[in-house]
Amino acid sequence: MNNERDDTNFINRQSFIELDARERAKALFDVGTARELAGPFDRLESPWLPMQDVTPQADDGCVVMKGKISGQAAVVVALEGAFQGGSMGEVSGAKLTAALDLACADNEKGIPTSAVMLLETGGVRLQEANLGLAAIAEIMASILALRKHAPVICVTAGTVGCFGGMSLAAGLSSYVVMTHEARLGLNGPEVIEQESGVDEFDSSDRALIWAIHGGEQRYATGVADALVDDDTQQVADAIRHFISKGVPAVHRSSQVGLYRNRIEALDPSRQWDPRELRETWGTNGSEEVKR
Amino acid sequence: MSEYTGVRGAAWFRTLTGQASPMSGDPASVLTADVPLGNDNARFLCVVPDPHARFPCARQGQVGLEEAYTLATRVREVIERDKNGTKQPIIAIVDVKSQAYGRREETAAIFLAAAAAADAYGSARLAGHPVITLVVGHALSGGFLTHGYQANRILAFDDDGVMIHAMHKEAAARITRRSVEDLEKLGKTIAPLSYDIRDYAKLGLLHKLLHVENPENPSEQEAQNVRNELIAAIVDARNGPVDLRNRLQSKEAIETRKASILVRAILEAQWMEK
Repeated sequence: MNNERDDTNFINRQSFIELDARERAKALFDVGTARELAGPFDRLESPWLPMQDVTPQADDGCVVMKGKISGQAAVVVALEGAFQGGSMGEVSGAKLTAALDLACADNEKGIPTSAVMLLETGGVRLQEANLGLAAIAEIMASILALRKHAPVICVTAGTVGCFGGMSLAAGLSSYVVMTHEARLGLNGPEVIEQESGVDEFDSSDRALIWAIHGGEQRYATGVADALVDDDTQQVADAIRHFISKGVPAVHRSSQVGLYRNRIEALDPSRQWDPRELRETWGTNGSEEVKR
Repeated sequence: MSEYTGVRGAAWFRTLTGQASPMSGDPASVLTADVPLGNDNARFLCVVPDPHARFPCARQGQVGLEEAYTLATRVREVIERDKNGTKQPIIAIVDVKSQAYGRREETAAIFLAAAAAADAYGSARLAGHPVITLVVGHALSGGFLTHGYQANRILAFDDDGVMIHAMHKEAAARITRRSVEDLEKLGKTIAPLSYDIRDYAKLGLLHKLLHVENPENPSEQEAQNVRNELIAAIVDARNGPVDLRNRLQSKEAIETRKASILVRAILEAQWMEK
């Protein structure tokens, strides 16, 4: 991808970030093929939020759609960052897990079905605490089972980003697509500042946050596979590209020797300029997505 | 409620394996040993505090970069070794404070390290290894997702020193804008919020709660009882599917995780329509 933006395209682009979860999911399918499953009219709400005087939502902030992408069966699960920060509760977690499991079962029956996860989430919904954490463990198990058969593609577009336990789900994915406005990490800056002190991480330092968690850095250090503009067409193209590539020979999270050596080679006696890592980790394994 | 001390993990690793040192080349914070268990040769793994760990934010029993990749390496070794033979059990002894909260960790993509360890455990399970988790102390948040939560069967001790949770109490209270007292009160009626392991058991995710009189310094008889429970869990895991469906099928889950079960049923029914 060219770093210089084509002004005409940039002005005419359709923002992906400005879409809500339902619109995002729908925009990725072949026209007219998408249908929502377990949608808001099924009223699958969190049973735990009303007990705590928190208003639930009829889709629990998780949209599941099935249809075709590039003519092949696919399921897209989109988390709604505007509802409880996209956090994983019992119901939203069960929707994601069940969608992955049904896709897995179809693959086993000989119907190739890929999965796309649109992750805008801070991780566990603390009002559902242990059931949120358990749901994430099950999502991870389901990704591992499905990705043997078909690619599981994670998209983090922004503006919530992907944090907490769900960053492990991103880590297990076959491919990770990010925008310049996306962030990906296990612990957010506020949490690190709270747990380890402001000297460890000053959460008001925006530049530092983007330098570490931002899409550009994650892509440049080879832990994300594509960096795209906030453009629905580019996101959709990236997904089609990775679906056509299929299951990677070795998933990144299984490349233990490579990353163990990389960690061993780091000097932990000081804080690093995140850019240093771009040189040593490079973009091996990542690739440009052609527009 | 218990303070994390990091004592229990090391104590139980020593008790069950008779060993207390890392394998060659590993950081001091990850203990691994292969020991006979019933008719099997089981691999035991445990993360323990190492005050001299290379990474400063991973010195009190947190699971950091080195811990995660070491676990992944040692679990994958077993998968590779048993590729064409009997799938030997893998036992995760869990007493982890949390994941490591540090700038270095985030920069070096600790999310991927944690995923790599979970990948190894989950892949072992899918390959047919009985993966059994024994929670002897704390099992918190990303630390538990990294080390233990991908197991076929989870056993835990039933005393106040055991805690399985998404986030420690003070932080959870702060983020949900409550006092710690209010959070504790809510936990009494809302099981997933509780920090009490007996309430956690109501969620239906555990295979079994075990009682040990002196969990920091177990007697040989108690150790033998725990070994027997591990052996029974291995047998049970070998007789069941390699996925995690048992966590929705227990008597407790049918009661507490009704919403999860309903979601699955509705999605499945609508999946095939049209």
